[in-house]
Amino acid sequence: MPHNYYFMADTQHLEQIASQIRRDIVRMVHAVQSGHPGGSLGCTEFFTALYFEVMQHNAPVFDMDGSGEELFFLSNGHISPVYYSTLAHAGYFPLSELHTFRKLDSRLQGHPTTHEGLPGVRVASGSLGQGMSVAIGAALSKKLNGDDRLVFSLHGDGELQEGQIWEAAMFAAGKKVDNLICTIDANGQQIDGSTDDVLAMGDIGKKFEAFGWEVMHIAKGNHMETVVNGLKKARSLTGKGKPVCVVMKTEMGAGVDFMEGTHKWHGIAPNDEQLTQALAQLPETLGDY
Amino acid sequence: MNNYVDQGAKDTRSGFGAGLLELGRINPNVVGLCADLTGSLKMGDFKEEFPDRFIQVGIAEANMMGIAAGLTIGGKIPFTGTFANFSTGRVYDQIRQSIAYSGKNVKICASHAGLTLGEDGATHQILEDIGLMKMLPGMTVINPCDYNQTKAATLAIAEHKGPVYLRFGRPKVPNFTPADQAFEIGKGILLQEGNDVTLVATGHLVWKALEAAEALAKEQISAEVINIHTIKPLDEEIILNSVSKTNCLVSAEEHMRFGGLGESISGMLARKRPTVQEFVAVNDRFGESGTPAQLLEKYGLNGQAIAAAARRAIERK
Repeated sequence: MPHNYYFMADTQHLEQIASQIRRDIVRMVHAVQSGHPGGSLGCTEFFTALYFEVMQHNAPVFDMDGSGEELFFLSNGHISPVYYSTLAHAGYFPLSELHTFRKLDSRLQGHPTTHEGLPGVRVASGSLGQGMSVAIGAALSKKLNGDDRLVFSLHGDGELQEGQIWEAAMFAAGKKVDNLICTIDANGQQIDGSTDDVLAMGDIGKKFEAFGWEVMHIAKGNHMETVVNGLKKARSLTGKGKPVCVVMKTEMGAGVDFMEGTHKWHGIAPNDEQLTQALAQLPETLGDY
Repeated sequence: MNNYVDQGAKDTRSGFGAGLLELGRINPNVVGLCADLTGSLKMGDFKEEFPDRFIQVGIAEANMMGIAAGLTIGGKIPFTGTFANFSTGRVYDQIRQSIAYSGKNVKICASHAGLTLGEDGATHQILEDIGLMKMLPGMTVINPCDYNQTKAATLAIAEHKGPVYLRFGRPKVPNFTPADQAFEIGKGILLQEGNDVTLVATGHLVWKALEAAEALAKEQISAEVINIHTIKPLDEEIILNSVSKTNCLVSAEEHMRFGGLGESISGMLARKRPTVQEFVAVNDRFGESGTPAQLLEKYGLNGQAIAAAARRAIERK
């Protein structure tokens, strides 16, 4: 049986989980020679902190409606490796299923989907810019149902170039959707290069502020304690009439030195030698799948 | 001959508004969303009676589709309302990923479909929406013919689990189906029996098909008339039964020929019973400004055009 780490979380243990998730990410991507390791590695602390410490969810039990529990939506669906590994370690489905990532007849599609009934996923994502709207809808559904639990979402910074994000941002503030915490993975990279080179977005936090959001920053998004404390602080900002935006600075490829800080590992897989090199930097803490 | 009489002109969108209001009273999970077209969509009564369950999204249709998808998580049944163009083409990818592929129970309700919104012209006259929506796996596509049927369809789709595209229009058109007629998704309605040609119509052109049948009767041509309100899933049986008798068919729709009801029928017949077919539909062109009647005449979508197509079909048998 998968175990629920939620009850035994301390920073050290969270770091152990993160190390194992990172191993899973590079092994999954290597196994099928496709997938998105860079953003996945950069968001490993976020996923670990959220699923094993901050978010109140009913793992391993999954119910699509999620009544009475907190929900998470991944908008930048291409970082599915970190999502899948996290969900598996949280007990939503067997760890062994990570072997099926991106393979025929798998529930672990290249980008996350509900279509094959994978527990833990509540909407498909991959085509960018849609997840904030969906998270808002789920947050409104909770309000209509008198359910005071929160809704979390994660978005890439490059994804903010999609117009729908700003429709959603305007709506969430205008309609006071204050049970919503949207985190922006500000790694400054996208497929074609740095976000500044591709399409400079200026100050992301100020943009959300100008749209009427409560904005806070996590300066070190790859430091577990900082992320845990940051997300806990974000919780404390909910329920005050404004949606909450967390601008979280991360390093793409964090934890694997040769993948760090470059867009080049956005969507390519390590070869055998690179896999060995990567795994040597990531202690096997909970056992490989 | 048939017993259908015009009970007075009414717009199909008002049928939607009346159906939504009734739904609000009987189903607490029904939520209405609108992108700044509450009056046009006739959602005002719902908004007034259920302000907590009405979400004004503003002019942001992509966001509306995403919010609708999210609302289903928690058991809500969202009904989105905007013009057909902004309900489909503008938000195709949002519907595709967040609603259809995600299997969300969203009802996409679209007014001002086709040419008959009239004077606003081609920017608003979408003629491709049925095609766009029917290509999405799992999407149910419904185009009711009058006020009563639109109201009945609105009530029926709330009971159906899964995404639905409900298409209706702007102008006042004859209201002729019985107010108590049951609406069964996926079941066509035989309006008039005949032996020489089958007229299969959807939406506003169902009444036009009845008019055509009347004109044909004067020429001793016996036309069978079928109302296909559900384009997907298509009622194959009612069509196959009819053409086994008539051996030719006219499809009629206020939509582009490509991707419309006619192609659904011809595709099915090609597989099951190849049959002579004529298409009353718009042929690879955009619309334009004009009154609904002028446009239907110019684009060949009226009773005369259907009757002419029937004569051609019979000729080709």
